[in-house]
Amino acid sequence: MNSGLDLEYSFNEILKGFGLSSELAHIIWLPLPMLLVLVSAVVGVLVTVWLERKISAAAQQRIGPEYAGALGVLQPIADGLKLLVKEDIIPAKADSILFTAGPILVLVPVILSWLIVPFGQNLLISNVGIGIFLWIALSSIQPIGLLMSGYASNNKYSLLGGLRAAAQSISYEIPLALSVLAIVLMTNSLSTIDIVNQQSGAGILSWNIWRQPVGFIIFWICALAECERLPFDLPEAEEELVAGYQTEYAGMKFALFYLGSYINLILSALLVSILYLGGWGFPIPVEIIAKVINLPIDAPMIQVFTASIGIIMTVLKAYLLVFVAILLRWTTPRVRIDQLLDLGWKFLLPISLANLLVTAGLKLAFPQFFGG
Amino acid sequence: MSIAVTTQIICFSVLSLVVIVGALGVILLESIVYSAFLLGGVFLSVAGLYLLLNASFVAAAQVLVYVGAVNVLIIFAIMLVNKKEDLKPIDNLKLRRIVSTSICLTLLSLLIRVDLSNVWGIADPNRSIGEESTIRIGEHLFSDYLLPFEVASVLLLMAMIGAIVLARRDVMNEDISTGLPVDQELIEKSSEPLLMKKN
Repeated sequence: MNSGLDLEYSFNEILKGFGLSSELAHIIWLPLPMLLVLVSAVVGVLVTVWLERKISAAAQQRIGPEYAGALGVLQPIADGLKLLVKEDIIPAKADSILFTAGPILVLVPVILSWLIVPFGQNLLISNVGIGIFLWIALSSIQPIGLLMSGYASNNKYSLLGGLRAAAQSISYEIPLALSVLAIVLMTNSLSTIDIVNQQSGAGILSWNIWRQPVGFIIFWICALAECERLPFDLPEAEEELVAGYQTEYAGMKFALFYLGSYINLILSALLVSILYLGGWGFPIPVEIIAKVINLPIDAPMIQVFTASIGIIMTVLKAYLLVFVAILLRWTTPRVRIDQLLDLGWKFLLPISLANLLVTAGLKLAFPQFFGG
Repeated sequence: MSIAVTTQIICFSVLSLVVIVGALGVILLESIVYSAFLLGGVFLSVAGLYLLLNASFVAAAQVLVYVGAVNVLIIFAIMLVNKKEDLKPIDNLKLRRIVSTSICLTLLSLLIRVDLSNVWGIADPNRSIGEESTIRIGEHLFSDYLLPFEVASVLLLMAMIGAIVLARRDVMNEDISTGLPVDQELIEKSSEPLLMKKN
C-alpha cells in the first residue's frame, strides 16, 4: 500500500533531473526530514511553553505573559534567548565530564524517538519495522542521563532527584510497554504506520480508544509519569528537593533539560494520538469525503488535501492532549513517592497484565473487531 | 566503493573502537561510577553493531534490557551504596597481576586462534530476512527454544527471591560470614500517623 504523497521519491526525481546520481540525491535528501523534525520539535516546545504560561495563568485567574508580542507569544523566545546568553556554570566540586554529558544523554534519545512519529502515510523520517518498540527502548536510556547529572552535581538534592527519576521511570516503563503490547497484538505489527492504518477503517468509530479504554488510561498515566509532569513530578519536587537533578544546572545545560522535558511531553501526546486516537486520520474517512465531492482518491488535489488534513489532525490531537496535561499539572496535587511506586507496581502493572489477557482473548473470540 | 559501503565501514570502525576502548575503561578505571557509565556506552555500541547487522529487533532489545534495565540498576546500586572505604593492601600484588595478565592473554590468543581457524558460515546477504526477523525470533522462542526461554524465567524468580531475602534483614538477622547479629536500625518501622501521638 503506497498511497498519498511520497516527497522523497519526487525530490529524488527532481535532483536526478539535474543529472545527479541517485545515491547523491539520497544523501542530499537525508538531512532534510531530520532538520524538519528538529525544527518542528523546537517550535512545538515554544508553542507548548506559551500554552503552559497562558493556561496556568487562566487556571489561577491571572493574565499571564502579555507584553512580549501579541498575547505574549514571543515570551518563550525571550525565555530561550535568556537561557542562551546566561553564563554556563559548572560547580567547582562537580564532576565536569559527567555534568556536561548528563543533559545531552537526556535530550538525544527523546529527539531520536521522533524518527517513528508519522504525520501521514509517507510523512515520517523512517518506517522502521520495530517502530514503537524503538521508542520504548530509547526512552529507557533517559534515566542514565538523569542519574549521571544527579551524581555529577555533587549535591544531595540532585542525587536524590536522580535516584527518584530512575526509580520512577523504571517502574512506569513496564505498564507502559504492556499497554503498547496490547495495541501491537491487535495490529499484528510494531510499525506506527500499520498501527494508524489499522484504525482508519471507519473514521472515529474505529479508533483504538474504544477498543482499548483501559490501555488508553494506563498509557496516559504512565506517559505523564515518564515525562515527570505534575501529579508525578517527584524527581524535581520543589518543596522537597529544590529542583531535583536540575538544581546545580544553569544556562544552556538547564535549557537542554527544559527542552528535553517539553519535547518528551509533545512526543508522548503524539504517541497517544497515534496509538489510540487514529493518528493522522480525520474523524470521517477521507475516502468518503472524496466520494461525496466526486473525485478519485489519487487525484493530486485530494492528495495534497489528505496530507495537510493528516498533519493538522495529528498536531490537533496531540495539542489537545498537551492541553489536558497542562490542566492536570495546574489542578492536581503531587503524589508521595510511596504512593507513586504503589500506583505503578500494585495497581497499573496488574491492570495492564489483565488488559493484555483480555485483549488476547477478545482477539481470538472476535477477530473481525480486534484484528485477526 | 559505494556510499552505503563507506558509511557502513565508518560506522563499524567507530563502534568497534568505542566497544574496545570502553570495555578497557570499565576494567581499568579506578572510579566505579565511571566504569558503570562506560559499561552503558559499551552496551549501546554493541546495539549499534547489531543494527549494522540488520538485526534491529535484537538491537532495540539490547538497549531496553542491558542499558535500560541492567545498567540503570547497576548505577542505582552504586549510588545507593557509595561507601568510601580504604581497601586492604593485597600481598604480592605484582605477582598476582602478572599471573592474571598471562592467563587473560592466553585466553585471548585462544579466541583469536578460534576466529582464524574456524570457518564461519556467513549467511548470504541477499537472503537476509531483515524486518521479518522479529517474527522469526518469536516463532523460535515458542517452539524449539521454549524450554531455555522458560528456564530463564525460573532463574529470574530465584534472583528475585534472593534479593528479597537479602533486603529483608528480619528474615536473615545474622551476618553470614561473621555470625554476628546484623544492625537492624535501618529497617523501616511500621509507620504511625504523626498526629496520633499528640493526644
